[in-house]
Amino acid sequence: MSYLSISNVTKQFGDTVVVDNFNLDIEKGEFVSFLGPSGCGKTTTLRMVAGFEIPTAGKILLGGADITDKSPNQRNVGMIFQSYALFPNMTVAQNIGFGLAVRKEPDAVVKQRVSEMIGLINLEKHANKYPYQLSGGQQQRVSLARALANRPQVLLLDEPLSALDAKIRVSLRSEIRAIQKSLGITAVFVTHDQEEALSISDRIVVMNTGVIEQVGTPFEIYNFPKTRFVANFVGSLNTADAEVVEPAKGIVSVNGVQFIAAEGTTDRKKGDRVKIAIRPERLGFASEQKKANLVDATIENITFLGSVVRIQIKIGDTKFNMDTFNNPFLELPKIGSKEQVTCSKEAVLVLDE
Amino acid sequence: MSFMSRLRRFPFWSWLWFVLGALYFLLPLLATFEFSLSWDPEIPFKAYQRAFEDKDFWETFMYSNVLALTTIFVSIILIVPTAYWIRLRLPQARRFVEFITLMPFVVPAIILVFGLIRIYSAPVNVPFTEIQLMQPLTNFKVGTNILIVAGYMVLAMPYMYRSVDTGMRTVDIATLTEAAQSLGANWFTIITRIILPNIRSALLSGALLTFAIVVGEVTLASFLGVDAFGPYLFLLGQHRAYEPAALSFVSFLLTWFAMGMIQLVTGGQGQAAGAH
Repeated sequence: MSYLSISNVTKQFGDTVVVDNFNLDIEKGEFVSFLGPSGCGKTTTLRMVAGFEIPTAGKILLGGADITDKSPNQRNVGMIFQSYALFPNMTVAQNIGFGLAVRKEPDAVVKQRVSEMIGLINLEKHANKYPYQLSGGQQQRVSLARALANRPQVLLLDEPLSALDAKIRVSLRSEIRAIQKSLGITAVFVTHDQEEALSISDRIVVMNTGVIEQVGTPFEIYNFPKTRFVANFVGSLNTADAEVVEPAKGIVSVNGVQFIAAEGTTDRKKGDRVKIAIRPERLGFASEQKKANLVDATIENITFLGSVVRIQIKIGDTKFNMDTFNNPFLELPKIGSKEQVTCSKEAVLVLDE
Repeated sequence: MSFMSRLRRFPFWSWLWFVLGALYFLLPLLATFEFSLSWDPEIPFKAYQRAFEDKDFWETFMYSNVLALTTIFVSIILIVPTAYWIRLRLPQARRFVEFITLMPFVVPAIILVFGLIRIYSAPVNVPFTEIQLMQPLTNFKVGTNILIVAGYMVLAMPYMYRSVDTGMRTVDIATLTEAAQSLGANWFTIITRIILPNIRSALLSGALLTFAIVVGEVTLASFLGVDAFGPYLFLLGQHRAYEPAALSFVSFLLTWFAMGMIQLVTGGQGQAAGAH
């Protein structure tokens, strides 16, 4: 039996269905991210687990106990907010010890746990400071320690990195993941940032308009998107309208230029309209290595993005992006030149139109 | 830095308005003080000496102070949870409640006191019977005290409610509440340990205004027949010249002293709460 089970959960505000028949089982110690655009229902789902929203229908079980109708202070969950939500009138140590004090733990236990938590987030020197004396990253670390001090059954993180600058975001997400792993705590993380979700999660739940589009490991979500929404939302993607030419062989045509796909055509008929999707990094120059798909392309533009160089190419009438890793000895083609471009059959995803 | 560039950087207009504002408040006070000293040039503080010798001064002043502190205490108990709940759960009711809190500006104190007397000068009976539950509140001292505190709460409501509401606007009440709830706190803990300390300065300003209103209030106290400081000062003013000026000045200083003490006693946490 799973540790956190969200079964047939629906949430309606008036006539608007915000979360529609949400089903998910999360194992103990797992780090699951809810990923999706604004308004997709990810935060509402998290808030239902926290108890801040009551589901219109469905059940939420935590450690085998039904917590659907329990008030937030009766559920043993820790929550981290985007705005840190530290109590401004309390010091770092008082913030961390608040939950323990509320539970009327003995002073010695509070003191010991607070010092343990402060050590965990490496803020020993700041124990007596007030939140306004800390940076955003430090405040969020205190918020993490405060949530963990109570030893919650599940840790809920509501876009905790959104308010931070890019560098701190990257370092703090690694820190959160390391702490979560070391404590073996179950965590649910809400984000609209795909890179964040891909880098931190054991599993990702991609949501759109209140429903789950796909659940899978970051590898599965990125490489084998099941729906067009997932393919478009996660990572950058070249898409083009195509027509099935030979379903059995996986051949599709994009304005006369033929591509071979590994799967996705066998259950279709010749002449069916589909969409093909190819990730920019799956395309490469044929001069380096030839793969199943080999097409002529015109170089239209080259953009330097730091570690990656993005080359805009035109295959037939369709524009594609092609990414290649940057290195000091990279020989880039001239703009306007003709090159042969290649990709594997597996790189060509066939999606519904 | 040259003198001219320093002069250019000097916030002339800010200081001008500040000085004019300060003069507006301080000049009448200074004039009162000066007048209070002019009774007998040989004994400059004669008015003060006489006033302090009067037993009634101390009795009425202390009584008004107790009334003011009770009003502040009960107002906080009533208004803080109300304003908090409206911000948290009933934002649609905010306009209506704001309208209610403004009523004391529209309805004069004389109407309020007549209303109180009219309603509470009759005994409270079990509905549809002659069985008396309670004698008229106006007939005994505790009852009258309850009435006058209730009346003062109404008079001070616009100031107290607005101060509290403004204080709550500066804090992310909803998220702090959720954070506290997720840590296991109940409503009482949230209000006493999170909300109140974080709106401390707003509470202080509301308390200061309430204190000033109650200590100087005449209408309610006169009509309810209580020996408060306001009516005492009013009577004194009708018969004497210098003592009322001296007492006005002293009561002003004492009010500020009381508020200073509150600030001092609750000062530790305030800085952090206010500075976030």
